[in-house]
Amino acid sequence: MSMTGQAMTRREWLLSERPASRMQARLGRAYVTWRRFSANRLAMVGLFIIVALLVVAALADVLATHSPYIGDLKNARLLPPSADHWFGTDDLGRDIYTRIVHGSRLTLFVVVLVAIIAAPVGLAVGTVAGYAGGWVDAVLMRVTDIFLAFPKLVLALAFVAALGPGIENAVLAIAITSWPPYARIARAETLTVRNSDFIKAVELMGASPFRIVLRHIMPLCLSSLIVRVTLDMAGIILTAAGLGFLGLGAQPPLPEWGAMIASGRRFILDQWWVAGAPGFAILVVSLGFNLLGDGLRDALDPRSGDQ
Amino acid sequence: MTPALAVTDLEVVFDRFRALKGVSITVQPGESFGLVGESGSGKSTLLRAVAGLAPVASGTITLDGKPLGRRRDKAFYAKVQMVFQDPYGSLHPRQTVDRLLQEPLAVHGIGDGEKRIQRALDEVGLGAGFRFRYSHQLSGGQRQRVAIARALILEPSILLLDEPTSALDASVQAEVLNLLEQVRRDRALTFLMVSHDLAVVTHMCGRLAVMQNGEVVETLASPDLAAHRVEKDYTKRLLNASGGFVRDDDSSARSAHEA
Repeated sequence: MSMTGQAMTRREWLLSERPASRMQARLGRAYVTWRRFSANRLAMVGLFIIVALLVVAALADVLATHSPYIGDLKNARLLPPSADHWFGTDDLGRDIYTRIVHGSRLTLFVVVLVAIIAAPVGLAVGTVAGYAGGWVDAVLMRVTDIFLAFPKLVLALAFVAALGPGIENAVLAIAITSWPPYARIARAETLTVRNSDFIKAVELMGASPFRIVLRHIMPLCLSSLIVRVTLDMAGIILTAAGLGFLGLGAQPPLPEWGAMIASGRRFILDQWWVAGAPGFAILVVSLGFNLLGDGLRDALDPRSGDQ
Repeated sequence: MTPALAVTDLEVVFDRFRALKGVSITVQPGESFGLVGESGSGKSTLLRAVAGLAPVASGTITLDGKPLGRRRDKAFYAKVQMVFQDPYGSLHPRQTVDRLLQEPLAVHGIGDGEKRIQRALDEVGLGAGFRFRYSHQLSGGQRQRVAIARALILEPSILLLDEPTSALDASVQAEVLNLLEQVRRDRALTFLMVSHDLAVVTHMCGRLAVMQNGEVVETLASPDLAAHRVEKDYTKRLLNASGGFVRDDDSSARSAHEA
């Protein structure tokens, strides 16, 4: 054993058919998923974009060349892209590149917050409804249907109008409108496994329904949920940008990309870069999330391969 | 002697379909009792009703003389465990063998998990090398061994076996049956075993009940079945239908092997 242990490369250790510890089994599994994911070029492009977004957001203060809030109204209004102002300046003389770099933080803030509010709510509602069945299922799914029946942006508008404009309220409004699809996915996934023998086997151990849902059903719903959330990220960014565009999301002078487009709209024909640069940023990040989501679907899909 | 398990006039109804129509059987402690019959005869339903997985409309099930309520408690699950037919469906696809075996111990709050898992794996002939594998890294026979280990880890006194070998190929079937026979002897377990394979049942069980359309047609000892000393027409037809079993050389070869 020690002989083979010394000769074993790291890769062989990860792919071992006989893992010697919990850790090795888990790492091996993660490695297989990673190999499947990394074989997909476009998914790697998506991952690169998202990692770049994270890096830019983390290092915004270092990467920014100017102040995101204070512009030079006298000399630098609506300048075209140049060596000094890479993406030009807006109507208040602020450097657009700097504002986009700082805006990445707001975008991440919105996306992450919506994901960590909406996904768990949807997961909990869906798995409980699917596993419990009966009237619990009926009540929870009708509530979900009601939320689904509202047009997303209109409901978000109503919430923001009631709670007051601002980025936190925009996040809340988007989260409230985006959990129902997750609940549906989780419920559908739960229905396919709830009558399977491995769940019956856990029931026959005397496990509580709470434990069965939490430890046995939720992990199975997780991968399709992650895929769906990642694919929805683009939509979340666009909704946030839309709310910002309507003046109900981030308030000035916050460099939110949607709000930046809204303020650049007036000059779109003559000074295209004012609206074009943040628009392009939204496009790239949305594309990144979509590519990543597609790659994750192929890598995590429980119906493909031996997952 | 109080029977380990007694089922009296059990009726199971799914929607309007009567899957069991007043079935009664008694299983003595340490006995291995078989249920045979064609598909849809209700043998698996009877097993699931005992386990609490089928809707009981009327009738009683008693365990060691105590009647079981509609809801089973933890003490019941510590006493009665089940091995399912399909080893590909009965193991959680995202859990290692270790997690699978840990789960019953965690549910029942049993402390010495490490030792028990080690022992359970040894007992079913898998050893520590299989402990951290996922179920997709196991063959059908190995999966069924894990399922048996999982059922045994709570040290039950009754094991419900729902066609435990029918999803396995012939060579592995024999291994798993021998394993079951071994643990039954070691632990003085009571078996209630469903099978459509008469050869398996006569090999494994002392007595058996023949079922058809949700009713028990005939209860008899397995030597009688092997010798074709049966009374009911249905049982005769069942015997004829399992043609491979009635060949004389086959049964003599088996008895020679046993001797």
